[in-house]
Amino acid sequence: MPRRRPGTRSRQPFRRGDAGRLRLGRVSGPNTNYDPVEVSALDPAVIEENVTDALAAITAAASLEELKAARIAHAGEKSPLALANREIGALPPSAKAEAGKRVGQARGQVNQALATRQTELEAERDERILVEEAMDLTVRPDRRPFGHRHPLTLTAERMADVMVGMGWEIAEGPGVEAEWFNFDALNFDKDHPARQMQDTFFVDPADAGIVLRTHTSPGQARSLLERGAPLYVAVPGKTFRTDELDATHTPVFHQMEGLAVDEGLTMAHLRGTLDRLASELFGEGLKTRLRPAYFPFTEPSAEMDFQCFVCRGLPTAAPCRTCGGTGWIEWGGCGMVNHNVLRACGVDPERYQGFAFGMGVERSLMFRNHLADMREIIEGDVRFNAQFGMEI
Amino acid sequence: MRVPLDWLREYAEVPDGTTGTQVAADLVRVGLEEEGLHGGDVQGPLVVGRVLEMTPEEQKNGKTINWCQVDVGAANGTGEPQGIVCGAHNFAAGDLVVVILPGGVLPGNFQISARKTYGHVSAGMICSSLELGLGSDHDGIIVLTDWLGARAEGLQPGQDAIPLLGLDRETVEVNVTPDRGYCFSLRGIAREYSHSTGAAYRDPALVRVVDGQERELTAPAATPDGFPVELQDEAPLDGAVGCDRFVTRIVRGLDPQAQTPAWMATRLTEAGMRPISLAVDVSNYVMLAVGQPTHAYDLAKVTGPIVVRRARPGEKLTTLDDVERTLDPEDLLITDGGETVLGLAGVMGGASSEVSESTTDVLIEAAHFDPRTVARTSRRHRLSSEASKRFERGVDPELAPQAAQLMVELMVELGGGAADPAVTDAGQVSQPEPITFDPSMPTRYVGVDYTVDRVRELLETIGCTVTAGADGILTVTPPTWRPDLLTGPDLVEEVARIDGYDKIPSVLPTAPGGRGLTHAQRVRRTVAAALAGQGLDEVLTYPFVGDSRFDDLGLAADDQRRHAVRLANPLSDEAPLMRTELLQTLPDALRRNLGRGAKDVALFEIDTVTHPDLARKAPVPGVGVKPDDAVLEEIRAAVPHQPLHVALVAAGHSERAGWWGPGRTTDVTDMVGWAHAICDAVGVVVERLQTEREPFHPGRCVELALADGTTVGWAGELHPKVVKALGVPERTVAAELDLDVLIAASDRRAQGAPLSNHPPAGSDIALTVPRSVSFGDVQESVRAGAGDLLESVQLFDVYRGDQIGEDQQSLAFHLLFRAPDRTLTTEEVNTARDAAVARAATDHGAVQR
Repeated sequence: MPRRRPGTRSRQPFRRGDAGRLRLGRVSGPNTNYDPVEVSALDPAVIEENVTDALAAITAAASLEELKAARIAHAGEKSPLALANREIGALPPSAKAEAGKRVGQARGQVNQALATRQTELEAERDERILVEEAMDLTVRPDRRPFGHRHPLTLTAERMADVMVGMGWEIAEGPGVEAEWFNFDALNFDKDHPARQMQDTFFVDPADAGIVLRTHTSPGQARSLLERGAPLYVAVPGKTFRTDELDATHTPVFHQMEGLAVDEGLTMAHLRGTLDRLASELFGEGLKTRLRPAYFPFTEPSAEMDFQCFVCRGLPTAAPCRTCGGTGWIEWGGCGMVNHNVLRACGVDPERYQGFAFGMGVERSLMFRNHLADMREIIEGDVRFNAQFGMEI
Repeated sequence: MRVPLDWLREYAEVPDGTTGTQVAADLVRVGLEEEGLHGGDVQGPLVVGRVLEMTPEEQKNGKTINWCQVDVGAANGTGEPQGIVCGAHNFAAGDLVVVILPGGVLPGNFQISARKTYGHVSAGMICSSLELGLGSDHDGIIVLTDWLGARAEGLQPGQDAIPLLGLDRETVEVNVTPDRGYCFSLRGIAREYSHSTGAAYRDPALVRVVDGQERELTAPAATPDGFPVELQDEAPLDGAVGCDRFVTRIVRGLDPQAQTPAWMATRLTEAGMRPISLAVDVSNYVMLAVGQPTHAYDLAKVTGPIVVRRARPGEKLTTLDDVERTLDPEDLLITDGGETVLGLAGVMGGASSEVSESTTDVLIEAAHFDPRTVARTSRRHRLSSEASKRFERGVDPELAPQAAQLMVELMVELGGGAADPAVTDAGQVSQPEPITFDPSMPTRYVGVDYTVDRVRELLETIGCTVTAGADGILTVTPPTWRPDLLTGPDLVEEVARIDGYDKIPSVLPTAPGGRGLTHAQRVRRTVAAALAGQGLDEVLTYPFVGDSRFDDLGLAADDQRRHAVRLANPLSDEAPLMRTELLQTLPDALRRNLGRGAKDVALFEIDTVTHPDLARKAPVPGVGVKPDDAVLEEIRAAVPHQPLHVALVAAGHSERAGWWGPGRTTDVTDMVGWAHAICDAVGVVVERLQTEREPFHPGRCVELALADGTTVGWAGELHPKVVKALGVPERTVAAELDLDVLIAASDRRAQGAPLSNHPPAGSDIALTVPRSVSFGDVQESVRAGAGDLLESVQLFDVYRGDQIGEDQQSLAFHLLFRAPDRTLTTEEVNTARDAAVARAATDHGAVQR
């Protein structure tokens, strides 16, 4: 217990307010020849009167400050009851008990009243403070701007998470890529029209053998070469084509590639994987549709559509605006990994079979979150992000 | 490929009433994706009208319109002339025109009703070809005598114009994938339609329908007196000779005035080709019908023999598009006598031997060229033609004589000439290689249970010849029109495709179980989430920059960051380089936001940047073979280093003013704080080094580094000149960190230590040091001197002013001490504090105030 230094004691001036009016009868001095009956301070009537005065003052105290004054006046060291108490010591033993009891009861009564009133006034004060402190919070106090993730990266992460949930792993590859990885490893022959149709950015000089990857598919070859079969890997990432920016094209866009190579994989497994991905992204129970197509790196190849999550292909009053009434939404390409791809990556096509797929992340986002113009995705306008939360 | 339904019906039994939409759906099922539907979208009443009166009326807007009275017969129900406002002027009273009446619908679902315009009620519209979807000419309305020529004779007002203009005809446009060259013909499309629907198929390369009668198309055998042709090739590409078949036919005595008949012109137009002259039109018609490009030479201009050979170095040719081209020794040429170049084989003819208005005798060429040769020539000369598109995808090598025969027959029928009996058929085409095929392969690949019989049936359906060996293994010989069928999987696709992809079940494979996201992937997400939580918005900017941006950023001439990967074919010559830092493009997004009215903008981007390597070239060893390890290593090594970066840029307020109180402008301390937030988010402790680096303010930039000195990145305020050059607000702050460094530094298991439950004891010190001493250095000395009991040190005040020397500064630190095992005594705290002061005094001459 720290000792209080002298001079730090509170020096509340003794006040003689209304509540503290002294009712002292007669102050007794040191007296060896007194008659206790004559000690007026201990006169029951006087005590009674002091109690009455005290209770009245306590009740009248409208604030904690007033109550404090009343406490000093009526229960303080110099209050009539305290003084009366002091007189008891001088009484003959025969009278002490009764006087003590009387004064004790009186003081108890006053203290009780003080405590009760203290509690009441404190409660009132607390309540008043809360009222006074009230603030109108009906207008958003946007003191600190809140940031957002970009919906496109969130979509890519969501897609990756679905794959991870299926036990796949996520890989990456460089955006500036070797031509061999982008084309030859994927069975795009140098003279095949498919290679010309890719609208490729070439790194200078054009024979450097380096391009901006036109798809995330080189991630297939890199993963296979690095890790071999069996392999279940998805590769989300940035891709490039020499398209001018408009509402549905951008020269820089994103894809997610999927590649599974294992014993006994079939197109049915491809479809099962796509169904799950479509379901998780666009709505429970949605199916995918495969249409025959051609890609150099798959054989058989297919275009994949997912069932329109708005109309689900059911008849509608007006043509469905999401899918244009066809019931299906184009999503990407897929197929069974071409033997030449497996060979280029050192995997024995007699033992292992695989499937691969790729779809646009922009397209997935646009359909999933109802966006009409691709430009909004790439412009970096913070109002675009602000439409979405951190989990879309 | 545009497929006129009327033409398709000639080769496949398309059921009556089948719509274009239905045909498109049928073709999609076998892999021919719909690209569009044309025609069939005009709803009547669309009738022939005769303009009775036209009154030009000048309008307030300066335009003159014609108020016309048009006789539309009984089509309007009254027989009275129809009042129509028309803005075109290319007609006169008495002309026959095309009128759409109220209630009709034009392409684009444009509903026609009587409406008030230019002070009249215009009850319908006089149509232009553009409005009817018949062409792109909007210079005026259709005047039927011009449009139909002789066919306009006898037309009556009120007559239905829909069949008259072919507007009831539908064309389906499909996308042909690069492996299906044969589908660049009605022959191929009709065959696929038959595969999809089971409709009967008639091969136009074998059978013609003339006047409703089927007639076999029989090409005569070659004769010794055929036009002389020599096929030379001293340098075949990959062993394939440039031309392995060259058929010639001659038709003499053609009427140079003969016109292309309307039915053929209509088909060509619907298929997307412009009618030109009979010889050219018949050649195009044959190509569209069967897929064989042919060429007609003016026989009078060819002396012969035709020599097909590779070009000589430096040889030149002016092609039909009037461009003189320097040829490459890989280019294959058609020459007259070996010297005069007639054309680039399979790509484009030359001007010299063109059929003209006076041509009466033509030499017809139908040849088969090596796809690779044609593809390379087409690519080399940036010359893509209808012929090259087909040859590079592979043309049926058996087609040449049949196509030539079809061309001869049509020329004779339509041009009035006579076929010469002399026939050339030079060269030797290779037959399709048989494929050894395990009939269980489709089931193993597709997951549908196909029986052997079903597999055989499906392969035979597409034209394969199938024989079974004793071991059950099939030998499958693909048809000549399917050069794309080379391997087992190719046949698997055919089985699955013709049986129907919709029969493939959905089975989720069981992956062996992965390891979840990698540490690097988690770091990337964590950093992005942390920055968003700090109030920054994630954006994506294009990675393309130009040298001028390096100037804007104040990079010195020899700054490494100017050394960037350059694109050979950039979208814009202004931005041909790949950025070497994200801050080269991120400010564009800041500027865009401010330009759109945003005030307080804080952005970040996470992406790779590209550091160029020493002009190394990557080998491109080709398809289907794994390169050896040395080559693979060379390929990998030539790919530029692309570290993952994060960059931040901010301007405006980091705390806004509002009803809650005053705000605070974003300043460099916010940016340095955010940079630290990134490191904190991944638990990496970094040190700060005051430094100068573009594009930052020389006095307001800090380098963040790992304890071992590895640079993590820089944060600071942009240099005032950079601010001006970029057009961003003054005091814009920015940072760029190498996330790969943070990923590596954070890739370890953090170790926890027990927390002390004993009370801390604080002590404040004020140290006067020269201003040349950095805060960080003083703080480090204080930290080092205070010893192990020091829990934290905080610089809470800096004073520079009268009370101390002019070149001095007073730094006030709050030190907090705590011991793991006891409550510290005043003496212990004082001792540690004094040690801190002493160390600062030793290191920097600090004096305690």
